[in-house]
Amino acid sequence: MTNGAPINLDPKAEEEILGKIAAAENETALEAIRVAELGSNGRITTFARLIGSMPPEQRKHNGIIINQIKNRITAAIEVRREALKDFALAERLNSESVDVTLPVREAPFEVGRIHPITQVVDELTAIFADMGFAVAEGPDIETDDYNFTKLNFPENHPARLMHDTFFFNPKPDGSRLLLRTHTSPVQVRTMLTQKPPIRAIIPGRTYRCDSDQTHTPMFHQIEGLVIDRHSHLGHLKWILEEFCKAFFEVDRVGMRFRPSFFPFTEPSLEVDIQCRRDKGEIRFGEGSDWLEILGCGMVHPNVMRNCGLDPDEYQGFAWGMGIDRVAMLKYGMPDLRAFFEADVRWLDHYGFRPLDFPTLAGGLSS
Amino acid sequence: MMKFTLAWLKEHLDTDQSLSALADKLTMIGLEVERIEDKAKEFAPFVIAQVTDAKQHPNADRLRVCMVDTGSGDPVQVVCGAPNARTGMKCVFAPPGAFIPGKNITLGVGKIRDVESRGMLVSEFELQLSEDHEGIIDLPDDAPVGEPYAKYAGLDDPVIEINLTPNRGDATGVHGIARDLAAADMGKLIDPAVKQIKGEFPCPVKVTLDFGATPSLCPAFGLRLVRGVKNRPSPDWLQKRLIAIGLRPINALVDITNFITYDRGRPLHVFDAAKVRGNLVVRRARLGETLLALDGKTYTLDDTMCVIADDEGVESLSGIMGGEKTGCSETTTDVLIESALWEPMNIAQTGRRLGVNSDARYRFERGVDPAFMLPGLELATHMVMDFTGGTPSEITVAGSAEPVERVIDFPQSELKRLAGLTVPLSEMRRVLERLGFFVAGQGEYVKIAVPSWRPDIEGKADVVEEVVRILGVERVPPTPFDRGEAPRKPVLTPIQVRTRKAKRALAARNLVEAVTWSFIAAQPAELFGGGKLELKLANPIAADLSDMRPSLIPGLIAAAQKNADRGFSDVGLFEVGQIFRGDQPADQLTAAAGIRRALAKPSGIGRHWSKPKDEGEVGAFDAKADALAVLTAAGASPQALQVVPGGPAWFHPGRSGTIQIGPQNVLGHFGELHPNALQALDAEAPLVGFEVILERIPDPKTKGTRAKPALELSPFQPVDRDFAFVVDRNVKAADIVRAALSADRKLITGVTVFDIYEGQGIEPGKKSIAIAVTLQPRDKTMTDAEIEALASKIVGEVNKRTGGVLRA
Repeated sequence: MTNGAPINLDPKAEEEILGKIAAAENETALEAIRVAELGSNGRITTFARLIGSMPPEQRKHNGIIINQIKNRITAAIEVRREALKDFALAERLNSESVDVTLPVREAPFEVGRIHPITQVVDELTAIFADMGFAVAEGPDIETDDYNFTKLNFPENHPARLMHDTFFFNPKPDGSRLLLRTHTSPVQVRTMLTQKPPIRAIIPGRTYRCDSDQTHTPMFHQIEGLVIDRHSHLGHLKWILEEFCKAFFEVDRVGMRFRPSFFPFTEPSLEVDIQCRRDKGEIRFGEGSDWLEILGCGMVHPNVMRNCGLDPDEYQGFAWGMGIDRVAMLKYGMPDLRAFFEADVRWLDHYGFRPLDFPTLAGGLSS
Repeated sequence: MMKFTLAWLKEHLDTDQSLSALADKLTMIGLEVERIEDKAKEFAPFVIAQVTDAKQHPNADRLRVCMVDTGSGDPVQVVCGAPNARTGMKCVFAPPGAFIPGKNITLGVGKIRDVESRGMLVSEFELQLSEDHEGIIDLPDDAPVGEPYAKYAGLDDPVIEINLTPNRGDATGVHGIARDLAAADMGKLIDPAVKQIKGEFPCPVKVTLDFGATPSLCPAFGLRLVRGVKNRPSPDWLQKRLIAIGLRPINALVDITNFITYDRGRPLHVFDAAKVRGNLVVRRARLGETLLALDGKTYTLDDTMCVIADDEGVESLSGIMGGEKTGCSETTTDVLIESALWEPMNIAQTGRRLGVNSDARYRFERGVDPAFMLPGLELATHMVMDFTGGTPSEITVAGSAEPVERVIDFPQSELKRLAGLTVPLSEMRRVLERLGFFVAGQGEYVKIAVPSWRPDIEGKADVVEEVVRILGVERVPPTPFDRGEAPRKPVLTPIQVRTRKAKRALAARNLVEAVTWSFIAAQPAELFGGGKLELKLANPIAADLSDMRPSLIPGLIAAAQKNADRGFSDVGLFEVGQIFRGDQPADQLTAAAGIRRALAKPSGIGRHWSKPKDEGEVGAFDAKADALAVLTAAGASPQALQVVPGGPAWFHPGRSGTIQIGPQNVLGHFGELHPNALQALDAEAPLVGFEVILERIPDPKTKGTRAKPALELSPFQPVDRDFAFVVDRNVKAADIVRAALSADRKLITGVTVFDIYEGQGIEPGKKSIAIAVTLQPRDKTMTDAEIEALASKIVGEVNKRTGGVLRA
C-alpha cells in the first residue's frame, strides 16, 4: 500500500460475488468462481494479504470485515455446491427412469406343472407313510404266474375275464408274459422277498385292453398290503376310514363296506363313500349317494400259501383303488382320457405347482 | 347279469319286506343290485278307459274327437289321430301331466285344430312296449275301466338286476337269491322238495361218456324222453316272466328250460327226439367239426371242446348252446330233456374261445349244484307234462352226480382272528344253517359241512366271509391300527426319491409334466433303439400302441406336436417313467426326459420384451441345462459328470452330447433332435430334448453320520486371473478348463469360460476361448511373482494339452 489509507472493499463486490455464485450452473463454474475469489491469487485472498501491511488498528478492523466476507462467500459456495449436486442427481435419476409397468417373466416354478397323478401319489404316500407304510414297486411286464396264478386266479376261471389282458408273444417254452392288469403282483413279490410284518403301499401303472369314455388301456392303481400276526378286518376298516378323511380332507365321511368277490382276498369287500352330486360337483361327507372307490379284503389263504406264508400263522389284508379315479373325484376332472393326452391347457389347469408339495404338516392340497 | 322280478322272488321267499328293503339288503350281503326297473311307478298315470263316443273332428279329416270314460267322474274329451279309435273300444288313457316315454314329452291340455284335448289315448310304441304305432292299444271288452294299465297288463312286477360276482353260481337262480335273503332275516325260504316222477318206460336213447384216455369233461349226464307232447306257446304267466327279464318266449319246451335256468340256476337242454339219430355220445369234439347252433351261427370246434353227438355228428355244444338241427319246435312230439354237469373251467375256456355267451355258460362256468341235476330234470318233466302233456320215460344217467362231501374244521376264534368280530356260536350256526351249511359240535372247534351248491367255499376264510356277509360288515368295529414297532425310516426307495426329486426339479424349470402311454407305434420304437420282438404286444389295442417304449422322447415329441397343432407351439414337457430294454424286470428302467419346442426356453416361454442374451429358439444348451439339473437334483455329483460330444442316432450329430461318469456309465443324452427323427415322427423343429436314466446315478456313499464335513474358510482373498487362448476350432472347452485346473489342484478353485470368439482378428479355423481362473490362497497372500509363476504354468498346461496359445 502506498499511502496507508484504509482500503475498503467495494461493498458492491461481495454482492456481485454472491450473485455469481447463485448463478453458477454447475460445479465447474462454481469452482472457477471459488478460485477467482478465494484461490491463492483470488481477489479476496489478495485483498486479505494487503491487510497485513496496514497499521494495527486498521488491520484489526479490516481483518474482521474481510474474514466475515470470506466466510459468507465460502458458505454461499458450499450451499450452491450442495444444491448443484442434488440437482445433478435428480437430473440423472430422472433420465434413468424405466417403465415399471412392463411385465417381467413369470418365475419358472410358476409355469411348470406336476401332473395330478404324481401329486395324488405324493398325497397318498404322505397319508400312508404316517401309518408306517413303505412304498413298494414292481415291473410292468409280468408273468402270468405273478399276475394271476399266485393270486388265486385259476387258469380259465371267469374271474380272469374281469381282466382284459395285454399279452406278449409266447416264448419258445410256451409261456407268455403280460402287462400287469393290477398292481397286485407286487404284493406277491413283496411277500416272497420280505419277512412279515409287512406294511406296503404299491402305486403304479396298470394295463387292460379296454378303451372307452371311462376306461383307458393304461391307468394307475395303488394297493395297500399288511401282513402280520394280528391285523384283521376291523383294522382295515379303520385304516380306510382314516384314509378317506385324510385324502378328501373332511372331518367325517360316510362309508359303506359291501361284500364282494376278488380271487385274492377272502372275505372281499367293496367300499362306497357317501357323497352328494351337485351340478357336476361331488361333495364328500354329505348327501345320500354312494360312490364306489375301492376294493379290499383279507389276503386269501391260497395267496399266502403261494407266497410261502402259513395262513394259520400269518394274516393280513390288502386294498386297491384307481389313482386316476380318486384324483378325478377329489379334483373334479370330468374325463379320464384327458390324463394321458398331454394337452398343456389341461395340464396347466389341473396340474400342480412344483413347490406345492403335499405334506401332512402343511395340508395335502393347500 | 342276473335278472328276476319281485313276484318271482316271492315264490321262493315268504316276506313282507318292501322292494327297497330287499334291494338294499341284497347289495349289503354281496349281491349288488345294479338296477331296479319298476314299470308300475313309471306307468302309474296310465289307466284303462273306454271311448264312449268317437266323432269326426270338425276341422281335420284324419282326427277324431273322442269322449273317454276314465272311470273317475265325467267323460274327458280327447282328440285322437289313431285309425282304430272307435266308439265303445277299451283303451289306455294318459291324463295331462303324464310323461309319455315313447315321445319323451309330458302331456298338457291343448287345442288341436281348435278342439280342446285333455289327455291322450296311447299306442304300445308311445309306452315303449313295442314298435307298434299303427294304432292305439285296443284292449279286450272285459278290461276294467279305471284300473292302472300296468297292473292289468302284468307290468307292475319290478325287475331287479344283480351284478353277480363270478364266485356265486348258486345265486344265478332266484331260489339261491331267496336263500341268501332268508339267511339275512328278510323272510322265510320256500323250499318244497321236487317230487320224483316214475318213468313209464326205459329211456330208449342211450348216453355214453367217451373221453378215451383224456380227462372227462362231463362228470354226469341225465336224460329222459317225454313222448307224445303237444308243444305250444307256454302259459301267459311264464311268457310274462321271461319277457320281464328280457327273454323272448319261443315255445313251451324251450321256455321251460329258460325258466328253470333262471329259477334254479339249473340250465337244461331239450332235443327234438325225432331229429336225434341213434344214441348220444358225450365226447371231445374232433378238430374241424362244426355245429350250427341255436343262435344261427356255425362254430368250428376242436378237441379242447366238449360236445354231445349222435350218429350224424355234433348236435350240441355241451353246457353252452344246443344245435339248430335237433332244436324243439311247435311240431315236436317227443322231447329229450337233458340235465348234466360240466367242467366249469372247460366251459369258460370254450365259451371264450368261440366267443359265445349264453345263460347256460354263465351258470356252468360258475359251477352249478350237482345235487340238483336230477331234481332239475324232474322239475322240468313236471312242467313239460303240465304244459304239453306226454308220457315220461325213466331217467338214464351216465357218470355220477353225487356231490363230494366237503367238511371244514372251523375254530370259532377264526371269526375274531380274521374279522375282529365276536359272534356267539348260536348266531353263527343260525346264519350258516340258513345258508344250507351243517354245523356239528359245540366247542371251540366245530365241523362245518358245505352245501353242494357252494363250490366256492373252500376253507375257513370262506366261512368267515359267509358269516360276516350275512350279519353285515357294519358289525365289524373299526379298530385303530397303530404303528406298532415299525421303525421310523424312509418309506421311499432310493429310486423313488430320485423320481420324486426329478419331477419337482424339472417342473421348477418351467417344464410341464406329461404322462404318456407306455406303448408306442413300432416305427418310433425302432427309431429310438427299441422294436425288439419280446417287447411287442400280441394284442395291442391299436396299431400305433404296439411296442413297449424304449425311450420317453418319442411320446413327448408326439405330445408336443399335438399341442403345436392346437396352436401352442412353445411347449416344454417332461415325463419321468419307465422305459423298456427287454422283458425282464431288470430291463425296466426309470428315465427322466424332457423336450423343449420353439421358444420354450428355460428363462421363459415365448417372446418377451426383455430379450435375454440367449434369446431366440431353444438350443442344445437348454437341453443340457435341463439334463444336468435333473441329474444333480436326483443326487448325482456335478463334478463327477462328464459331457462328451455326440449322442444316439436320433440326435443332431454335431449338436448333442452324452453325459457319463467314465465311458462305462452313460447316464443320458441331450441335444437337438435329428431332422430325420423329427420327420419320421411328423414333428417340426426347433426341438431339443434330453433323457437320463435315474438308476445310473451312483448310490451315495453311506456314512455313519449326517453331519456335513467341517467348513474350512481361508482368511485370504481369492484372486481372479483372466486368460484368452487361441485354439483350433474343434478343441473342446472342457479340455481347456481341465488343463487349467490341472496346473495346481490345490490353489485353483474354479475355472469359468466367459467368452467364445471367432471372426475378425482370429485366424480362420481357430477360435478364442476366454477363461477366468480363481486362485484361493490358503496359508498366505500370494506375491506377484507367485501369481505370475502359476499363470505361466496354466498357459503351459493349456498349450501342452490343447495346443492353445495366449491370444495376443
